Amino acid sequence: MDELRKIREKKKRWSARFLQDKKFSPAQTSWGMDLNTVYTMDDLSDVDYLKDIGFPGDFPFLRGVYPSMYRGRPWTMRQYAGYGTPEETNTLFKSLLNQGQMGLSVAFGLPTQIGFDSDNPLVEDEVGRVGVAVDTLKDMEIIFEGIPLDKITTSFTINPTASIILAMYIAVAEKQGVSPKQIGGTLQNDILKEYLARGTQIFPLRPSLRLIGDIIEYCKDNVPRMNTISICGYHMREAGCNLIQEIAYGLSDAIVYVEEALKRGINVDEFAPRLSFLFGCGVNLFEEVAKLRAARRLWAKIMKERFGANNQESMKLRLFSGCLGSAFTSKEPLNNIVRGTIMALVAVLAGCQAIHVTSYDEAYTIPSEEAQRTALRTQQIIFYETDVAAVADPMGGSYFLEYLTNKIEEEVQGVMAQIEERGGILKGIEDGSIQREITRGAYESEKKIQNGEKVIVGVNKFVSEEKEYPIQIYPTDKSVWKKQISRLKEVKAKRNQRLVDLALGEIRRVAAGKSNLMVPIFSAVCEYATVGEICNALKEVFGEYKEIV
Amino acid sequence: MDNKERLPRRILIAKPGLDGHDRGAKVVATALRDAGFEVIYTGLRQTVDQIVNTAIQEDVDVIGLSILSGVHMELTKRLVKKLRESGAGNIPVAVGGVIPPGDVEKLKEVGVAGVFSVGTSFKKIVDFIRNI
Repeated sequence: MDELRKIREKKKRWSARFLQDKKFSPAQTSWGMDLNTVYTMDDLSDVDYLKDIGFPGDFPFLRGVYPSMYRGRPWTMRQYAGYGTPEETNTLFKSLLNQGQMGLSVAFGLPTQIGFDSDNPLVEDEVGRVGVAVDTLKDMEIIFEGIPLDKITTSFTINPTASIILAMYIAVAEKQGVSPKQIGGTLQNDILKEYLARGTQIFPLRPSLRLIGDIIEYCKDNVPRMNTISICGYHMREAGCNLIQEIAYGLSDAIVYVEEALKRGINVDEFAPRLSFLFGCGVNLFEEVAKLRAARRLWAKIMKERFGANNQESMKLRLFSGCLGSAFTSKEPLNNIVRGTIMALVAVLAGCQAIHVTSYDEAYTIPSEEAQRTALRTQQIIFYETDVAAVADPMGGSYFLEYLTNKIEEEVQGVMAQIEERGGILKGIEDGSIQREITRGAYESEKKIQNGEKVIVGVNKFVSEEKEYPIQIYPTDKSVWKKQISRLKEVKAKRNQRLVDLALGEIRRVAAGKSNLMVPIFSAVCEYATVGEICNALKEVFGEYKEIV
Repeated sequence: MDNKERLPRRILIAKPGLDGHDRGAKVVATALRDAGFEVIYTGLRQTVDQIVNTAIQEDVDVIGLSILSGVHMELTKRLVKKLRESGAGNIPVAVGGVIPPGDVEKLKEVGVAGVFSVGTSFKKIVDFIRNI
């Protein structure tokens, strides 16, 4: 205490002597809080080390979720990929695994994500464009052909159709002779952020939540190594909110999912260890690292104190993190390699479990092979050449970082409390107030870029007159669509239509009742029912979501 | 005399196709409202037919399409064709989103009046509309 007092006095004198003339204005955080010139021990005077900071692998997990962190195992280098036909995606996956990638991450085409089959006239232009097209189990069999599902983990960026894709993945595993108990990976399955920011929602809110509850319940007994939801703050951030709201919206959504599972009488410790999170990493290194640490501590406290979790695994906020693509520029695309490197460094310094680095050409196109390799190499260089992963939470203890971590946690709690006061996040989604808040953020930050207040190098400052580095645009044609509809036709001709109709009827029956929908959905995919047919059966019972504009 | 020309114009901002990225569409809609225009935003997943119908019913002066999923050529061609078939080929069409530089001219050849890739200033878009 005596030492703190001395530091405070000295700081006062130092400040009077050196900072009095105030020839500079204070720096601000990205959310508008004034910063001091320097941070010292006395800025952390109310911190109780053992209670508030602690040790890695121990409550409140501020310093990481594993005791040995990356000494135990490196993070999973997981590049998001998938395009065109299932055959092309299979070749790409095999090549990524050969280059040392450790887990797969499937990008699905929009029709598959939204529940339209390739032969639907509405989607002719979009089949296989932003990701691989999947209509039936046949397509999933091709995507994973020759890839042993008990040896790898797979992450699926799939939301309202997650139950169908999960059922197909289980079916592929069984065909390989692998038990569902052995397969692992992550379903994105975070429907709330679709309404808020990503836009692939199909059904109204309540039935969508029921589907998520069904997946949690089913996986608990049948696919215990599957992370059932990847709760995303990332997409709201990409859509325009700030980093405080990113965590506040993400954790508020997470609470809704926990409550949905609890309503079914499942014990919190039976499903919470299989929740994971996806938050973004920006270039603002200290803020972003502090943000992720704060999120870990806050989630641990929520699980322990609010939901009474006993198992430490339930309190761990396990993190998948990716570069904020919105910070990538289409001007001078090579600069994005630098941005991606800083963001990946953020993810490592913050102790993420899996990391995706955005390819430098992604502001324009599906990444070229060269750009994808560079993104993976970025991660490999950080791990193998820099040694920043040598110790757990290497930035922990920095006065500034710890101060920021505390401030961000407070701010996030403030936003979460405000959401609850206004009736909860579901109400905020239903009345569109959260969406409007996100758009407001996007508009304000765009204005700051346009008036030069926020500098983006190569875009609004140091703009080069030189010729742009040429980006290879991924060529597209109708061939994927044609192949896909011809395979779909073939599958439909071969399958037993009577069994398909029975299975779809069973889905409608269960949807109207309360039993677990995963059971009839699994039966239907095994009969080669299509994603579109299954979604239509569900729509007949659930109806469709109407967007608020 | 040009008073009529200075009145706020009605603008339709539309999201065709399945792309759910509406940040740009909403931000541009907000910026245009702030600039005094009357803006109608369609929401996500509009078919070409729906957009053309809305444009005609709402008697808009400009249609702005926002597309970030790489299918701007296909969707824009369909939309321009449908507009012409519906006797509304005089409504100018602008396209915003992730548009590779090589596609700008191609879109203009299809009949698009303005192309505004991600990062275009609001001023440029406002000037474009005022000068149509």
